[in-house]
Amino acid sequence: MSATVRRPGPAAIREKGWFLAHRWLLARRAAQLGFLLLFLSGPLFGVWIAKGTLSSSLTLGVLPLSDPLMTVQSLAARHLPEATGLLGAVLVLAAYAASRGRLYCSWVCPVNVVTDAAAALRRRLGIRANMALSRRLRLLVLAAVVLASAATGVLVWEAVNPVTLLHRALVFGTLTAGGLAWTVVAAIFLFDLAVTARGWCGHLCPVGAFYGQIGRWGTVAVSAPQRERCDHCKDCYLVCPEPHVITPALTDAASDIIESPDCTACGRCVDVCPQSVFVLGIHPPRLAGTRRTAGAAPLHQGDPT
Amino acid sequence: MSASSDTRGVNRRRFFSDTAAAVCGTGFLALLLGWAAAPARSLAATALRPPGALPETDFLAACVRCGLCVRDCPYDTLKLADLADGAASGTPYFEARKIPCEMCEDIPCVVACPTGALDKGLTDIAKARMGTAVLVGHETCLNFLGLRCDVCYRVCPLIDKAITLEMRHNQRTGKHAQLIPIVHTDVCTGCGKCEKSCVLEETAIKVLPVELARGQIGAHYRLGWEEKAKKGGALVDGIIDLPDRGYTPPPIKEFRP
Repeated sequence: MSATVRRPGPAAIREKGWFLAHRWLLARRAAQLGFLLLFLSGPLFGVWIAKGTLSSSLTLGVLPLSDPLMTVQSLAARHLPEATGLLGAVLVLAAYAASRGRLYCSWVCPVNVVTDAAAALRRRLGIRANMALSRRLRLLVLAAVVLASAATGVLVWEAVNPVTLLHRALVFGTLTAGGLAWTVVAAIFLFDLAVTARGWCGHLCPVGAFYGQIGRWGTVAVSAPQRERCDHCKDCYLVCPEPHVITPALTDAASDIIESPDCTACGRCVDVCPQSVFVLGIHPPRLAGTRRTAGAAPLHQGDPT
Repeated sequence: MSASSDTRGVNRRRFFSDTAAAVCGTGFLALLLGWAAAPARSLAATALRPPGALPETDFLAACVRCGLCVRDCPYDTLKLADLADGAASGTPYFEARKIPCEMCEDIPCVVACPTGALDKGLTDIAKARMGTAVLVGHETCLNFLGLRCDVCYRVCPLIDKAITLEMRHNQRTGKHAQLIPIVHTDVCTGCGKCEKSCVLEETAIKVLPVELARGQIGAHYRLGWEEKAKKGGALVDGIIDLPDRGYTPPPIKEFRP
């Protein structure tokens, strides 16, 4: 048996205690459950807060929200949605553009729980098998979704979209009533577990790719203001669903903020860092051509990179 | 100098090959998605769309599968299709034999639709065309067998308009009447109450998608008697009415027992 593979987490728990090493994870799970409960309080307890699903919903009878990618597919398929649907899409678009598009992925999307579970099990079992896929593949999938919707006149992604499939099955209760949505969820779990690490959310999902693109200039970001304390344990890389986003914040002399649109601001790097290098917070919006920094000391020659 | 222009050439080639790969990859994925979505484009004959639904091809471009119509249906008629159901995954439909449409006057499902997949132009539920009822069980319908079941006729919200009973002679007994339920496709909304309440094990009257349920005569067809009435006389003057090869119809009395 080779040396045991290092797992992210234990070092941070030793250093900061269990709660601080899981703070953002707990917050995210609470948010994911909370968003689900907004939709479930009606069918379960008769208290209607959000009606509908993540595709399109009506909150408290006044606030329409629609999935912008769904609206894009609809437009590509040559249907102009009614004002309510369009307004809902614009509101969602504006909210994520102002914050960070992929907040949706790690704080709202129900599939995140599945792929996080697959990643955790993968680490625990020490599975190394990893089919190489380009992370840009999801952009091609996104382009293909729009193209195929235009060609067929159908919202093609909705035939397979695991996000809405799972959410619908949860909210309308078909998951527990003999529905088949679990098969898609199981397929994604197995794919992430045994075929490609973070395969679905990190490489294929066009919903995440879309949100990433609209949230490029958002204000919510992880930064590394204490990066001089980094001791290269690499726990953040091991836990991060998009590990390529971390390096610039640790090494870029001009900015210590994770700017990549791929970052989902899940905060797991913040949790598992035993040295408390990272912070998840709000930064003034980045204007064209300007850089921003969370206040890390500038790097000098010989600094760890 | 030559080295840098070489690099530029390589970069250009690289750019073109990368772009070509991305375009081809997108095309490949688009075809895959097209295939994946293809089966979803056919709607099972038992799956009926909510009132005001756009024609199926337009509907699939418009419906975002949010379920708001389902939530606002007071009778739990509508449901969202699961993966293996007869309608595109996530789209709303109902099965008349299970729960028919109660034809709410305010049509809450249409009001709830945020995208226009259910047409807000529909304000009179009697104008809805969710399907058309067809009496398919001519050998099993109790009224065809000479009984007075009449249930489909009685439950029809548009009684005597969408379904009427037509009296016919019962050939089998020779001395009774049959009251045959006749569906009038220009009035039937496809609500499915007839299908739901048919007393048979397998319903004799079924609501089918409109295009499946109706015949359509050719646009060039002319109905002679209508043309004649329109003209107010014979269409061809001086036509000779030839004798019918010596056949004389028996006196009508023979048919009356």
